[in-house]
Amino acid sequence: MKKFTRWFSKNLIRIYAVMGFTYLFIPILYTFVFSFNDYVRSNLVWRGFTFNNWTDPCAPLDICPALGNSIKIGLMATFGATILGTLIAFALARYAFRGRGIVNTLIFLPMATPELVLGASLLTMFLNLGFNPGFWTIVIAHIMFCISFVVVTVKARIASLDPRLEQAAMDLYANEAETFRRVTLPLVAPGIAGGALLAFSLSFDDFIITNFNSGTTITFPLYVYTHAERGLPAQANVIGVSMFLLALIVVLAGQFVGRKRKVSA
Amino acid sequence: MSDASTSAKGDLQLRNITKTYGDFTAVDDLTLTIPEGSFFALLGPSGCGKTTTLRMIAGLEEPTTGTIHVGSTDITDMKPYRRPVNTVFQNYALFPHLSIFENVAFGLRRRGIKDVKEQVDKVLQLVELPHLAERKPTQLSGGQQQRIAVARAIVNRPALLLLDEPLGALDLKLRRQMQIELKWIQTEVGLTFVHVTHDQEEAMTMADTIAVMNEGRIEQMGTPADLYDNPKTAFVANFLGQSNLIKGNVIATDGDSHTVDLFGQKVKVNKNRSVARDSSILFGIRPEKIRIQENSHTNSGCVLEGGTIVDVSYIGVSTQYQVEMPWGQELMVFEQNDDGIPPLAKGDSVKLSWEPVFSFGLNGHEDASAGSEVNPTEDE
Amino acid sequence: MVAIARKSSSANPLDSLRQKVAMPYLLLLPGMLWLLVFFLAPILTLVSTSTKVPGMGIGEFVQQYRWANYWDAISTMHTQFIRTFVYAVIATLLALAISYPLAYAIAFKSGRWKNVLLVLVVAPFFCSFILRTIAWRQILAQDGLVFKTLHSLHLISADTRLTSSAFAVVTGLAYNFLPFMTLPLYASLERIDPRTMEASGDLYANGLTTFRKVTLPLSMPGVVAGTLLTFIPAAGDFVNAQILGNPSTTMIGNVINAQYLQTSNYPLAATLSFILMLAILVIVMIYIRKSGTDELV
Repeated sequence: MKKFTRWFSKNLIRIYAVMGFTYLFIPILYTFVFSFNDYVRSNLVWRGFTFNNWTDPCAPLDICPALGNSIKIGLMATFGATILGTLIAFALARYAFRGRGIVNTLIFLPMATPELVLGASLLTMFLNLGFNPGFWTIVIAHIMFCISFVVVTVKARIASLDPRLEQAAMDLYANEAETFRRVTLPLVAPGIAGGALLAFSLSFDDFIITNFNSGTTITFPLYVYTHAERGLPAQANVIGVSMFLLALIVVLAGQFVGRKRKVSA
Repeated sequence: MSDASTSAKGDLQLRNITKTYGDFTAVDDLTLTIPEGSFFALLGPSGCGKTTTLRMIAGLEEPTTGTIHVGSTDITDMKPYRRPVNTVFQNYALFPHLSIFENVAFGLRRRGIKDVKEQVDKVLQLVELPHLAERKPTQLSGGQQQRIAVARAIVNRPALLLLDEPLGALDLKLRRQMQIELKWIQTEVGLTFVHVTHDQEEAMTMADTIAVMNEGRIEQMGTPADLYDNPKTAFVANFLGQSNLIKGNVIATDGDSHTVDLFGQKVKVNKNRSVARDSSILFGIRPEKIRIQENSHTNSGCVLEGGTIVDVSYIGVSTQYQVEMPWGQELMVFEQNDDGIPPLAKGDSVKLSWEPVFSFGLNGHEDASAGSEVNPTEDE
Repeated sequence: MVAIARKSSSANPLDSLRQKVAMPYLLLLPGMLWLLVFFLAPILTLVSTSTKVPGMGIGEFVQQYRWANYWDAISTMHTQFIRTFVYAVIATLLALAISYPLAYAIAFKSGRWKNVLLVLVVAPFFCSFILRTIAWRQILAQDGLVFKTLHSLHLISADTRLTSSAFAVVTGLAYNFLPFMTLPLYASLERIDPRTMEASGDLYANGLTTFRKVTLPLSMPGVVAGTLLTFIPAAGDFVNAQILGNPSTTMIGNVINAQYLQTSNYPLAATLSFILMLAILVIVMIYIRKSGTDELV
């Protein structure tokens, strides 16, 4: 018995971690299980096992167009936010200039403002100016709130870059443009990729800001929200779990590639 | 990239180079000529300005005033990528995302050379690492990385190769081995090497000429033997090896030697080995040149009497004595253990003697402890 | 790579200088402009709308700089404001309690699996936020497994509601922002040299004392970042209250949402939004100044 208590206290943290991870994954598991439910109108009660939902994910009306919108918006917002954010990150990390404090504050504020306020204020402005909310207002809003996250991610990566590598490149006859292209950019690329991934995830899963600025356009989170009361088809679970698995594979693959590069002799 | 500048050859000349950061002067009116094809060392403690000087030669820092020439070409305003100069960095700075082959080929490719394989292979052979061409820098050991850093620089046949404390991160044995290898490479390839280091043994082993720097200025420049046997400032005397510096007065000069009074005792120093400007002199004799004997012995040469041994350290090869003289100063004596005679003991009364030709004289108004390790050196 | 050009022998010595000084501003311009137009300007519009009053027609508002709007908003909605902050604080503390040991385990007790575990912490959040919240509602429902199990163990009575309750809202809030708490904590813990903890043990401190006196203080930057990143979105959330709550658990987010999208009372909505934003900013500023985090970005 004493052996057990000793083992227990030594591994307390590990046991706790296992419990923690289980807790994290409970809703995912639930969603996964119910994606196989042979539902009728709403997916609340278990009626039977079926693969139908997986083979026919677009059966419910509107769900695939909504998914399509989310993906399109996600890609455009990622593109915009990554470019704008990376430029800012380089400016902050590599140059001394006046107004640095103002820039830092303006980058920080959107992260400190609740999405509610971001979305609502943008909607107010659009309405005041006479623009009707819709697809493009969503894209604009998403770029806006993703920029800060890209800046933080890329800036951290640039900061960890040894400046002597660029000096070595110039010492070896590369001018400023060549140094940037052949040394700086390849080494910062993982940070930019990370920022882009972050932007895409934030945009894809965004509900609150989108809710305010969408007009009649439906994105996937919006679809789920509006159908939550009337009856959510299991295909929503299918899509949710698929995105989860896809993202998991992408990130784990990225880790694996990164680790391969670092194999020691 | 312009061929004209990368083919500039000749001696390296720094004229009146000064570098200031705000009101801090890192390099103070430095003028220096480094002959083509020599192995030159810039030696000094941390913060003396040697690395700053090197970086100015490389083009990674801009001098506040002064000019830099390679032969007849003025490179002062040239960007680093236009200079016929390559650097081996302290932490190697190998490109982690490129293979060893591509690292070494980098400079060649930037200069527009299409077929790089032959030259890269040759230089990898030179550093004995041809089998690592496809690996990445993170997969190499410290010593291997260091050799690749050298290979990457010399494959470009620069007029000048700059080395910024390249052996600092290696363990002792590897460092010794690399010192020999670098020297061999330099004579083999015939480039001018400028080596920056704080390790005086390293500088003395490798360099043809050493410039000792302190607080942004050159204290003394010359061959290793020159600097060691004939130091001209207290800093050089203390920084290279160890010295006994005793304050005294020149009381007479006859022929080519001065007679110096050291607290009542008289010793001699050759006129051409003394830089004292007036009667005040800092009399110098190196510990290994001194013979230490019990009072009963008779001695030749210069003699100092009345010493008492206060510390004995047996090092195996030698025995080191700290001897307190009648005027309170402790002198160091190193005796080779080559005669089977047991060492003297603490408390013994002894006489110190040496051949007068070994003594040297410094300016008596200098700080006798400058450059010695006992003094804390400047902050970086 | 900051450099100011010296006097060079090129054509116009000022050209290269001008180029170098202009570069950072050129890089900043597009992004900053975007944020100015689509973040700052809307906030200002918000303030301006908040002082409007209803006009003649329906849905029409007139600018009269009625600052009393703010007082009205606070006096009518103070319950929801207070409730919101209470929920957010509890949720943040709960998230901290859950995340800290998790981050600790990943940082110190996970060996080769460190990176995989980090991905696993973030992974659940690739599955839509709303789907997860709905899943919790189903799991905690009256006829669900959890309720039935706890009831059969006599831990709760038949009347207790797990969903549609403040309990569900707060736990939902804590759950939804777990990675925002865990990742900064992990980053901070990871930077601690494990040898400082060994040194503490060597100097007669037991496990708990080492934690209190060495590990915890050194992980404070992570705690600050994590609690901020959790508290801020939690205070502004309304989805959890909507899906997991009941009319008595309304948070200020629900009110603002309703005012915007249902009642179309834009001035009130704008006023409440701005108060929320200001309150959060004030709390953040105090918090940061007290804990001394310098560079936020």
